[in-house]
Amino acid sequence: MKSKLLPLILVLTFLIIFVIFFKSLKSSNIYTPNTTLEKKIPSFDLKSFENNSIIISEKIFKDNEYYFMNIWASWCIPCKEEHKFLMELKKGGKIKLIGLNYKDNFKNASNFLKDLGNPYNIIVSDNDGTGSIEWGAYGVPESFLVYQNKIIKRFIGPISNEDLLEIQKIIK
Amino acid sequence: MKFIYIFLIISVILNFNFLKADEIKTENKIAKNLRCLICQGQSVYDSDSEFAISLKLMIKNKIQQGMSEQQIYSFLKMKYGEWILYDPVFNRNTYFLWLLPILIFLAGGAIIIKRFYNKK
Repeated sequence: MKSKLLPLILVLTFLIIFVIFFKSLKSSNIYTPNTTLEKKIPSFDLKSFENNSIIISEKIFKDNEYYFMNIWASWCIPCKEEHKFLMELKKGGKIKLIGLNYKDNFKNASNFLKDLGNPYNIIVSDNDGTGSIEWGAYGVPESFLVYQNKIIKRFIGPISNEDLLEIQKIIK
Repeated sequence: MKFIYIFLIISVILNFNFLKADEIKTENKIAKNLRCLICQGQSVYDSDSEFAISLKLMIKNKIQQGMSEQQIYSFLKMKYGEWILYDPVFNRNTYFLWLLPILIFLAGGAIIIKRFYNKK
């Protein structure tokens, strides 16, 4: 009895371990953030980019308009890549672009905008990065499509041509 | 009189320092319990990424605003999801994780007791 039970238990244990390892080897271990977490936009008061006045979020976001909140920095290479799409988005005129300048220095950031164009209606600066934490952001670039004080879509990383088309479809 | 003044001033300074030390302690404790989301396998405390630096600063600000440790955890959970906390919450997905050690412990105990009585 005993001699029969032991091999069975051993085989079973190895089988369970094998299945667990086999499954977890195949699953991706790169964390993909849950993009539908918080819907309501956080309130913030951040310094304006151009001067030192404080900009309050309640004054920016109005109910019946679309906003594209974009976190960017001049030191961020992917931001350069997505910039042309932001300019394209601006051309449509149906959406207001809000830029959040993340941990940047004023001179580099203004040069960046001078070279590539300024798509933003309002720019706020987030020197210590706490403003973007309030938005639940991971880093730069990251964008939020806002309507009626709610985040309807979130883009982690640079936006692509497909993203642009999708946004244009939504705001039509 | 002068002596009392000096004594008072010194005690105030000392108390202030204690307060600060406490704050830094909780700050570090919270940062150690948070997973740095953009750097795999590191806590926010260990990491020097931009994300972790901002998060540490934000924890400091929140403590100064008078938020408790639990409030900060739930705030971050709301922003970033449960994954940011190192301590997994007890729910449907984690029953197995939490209960398995207890089950193994009970099974082991049962085996030991059985052997003990059999020998007798």
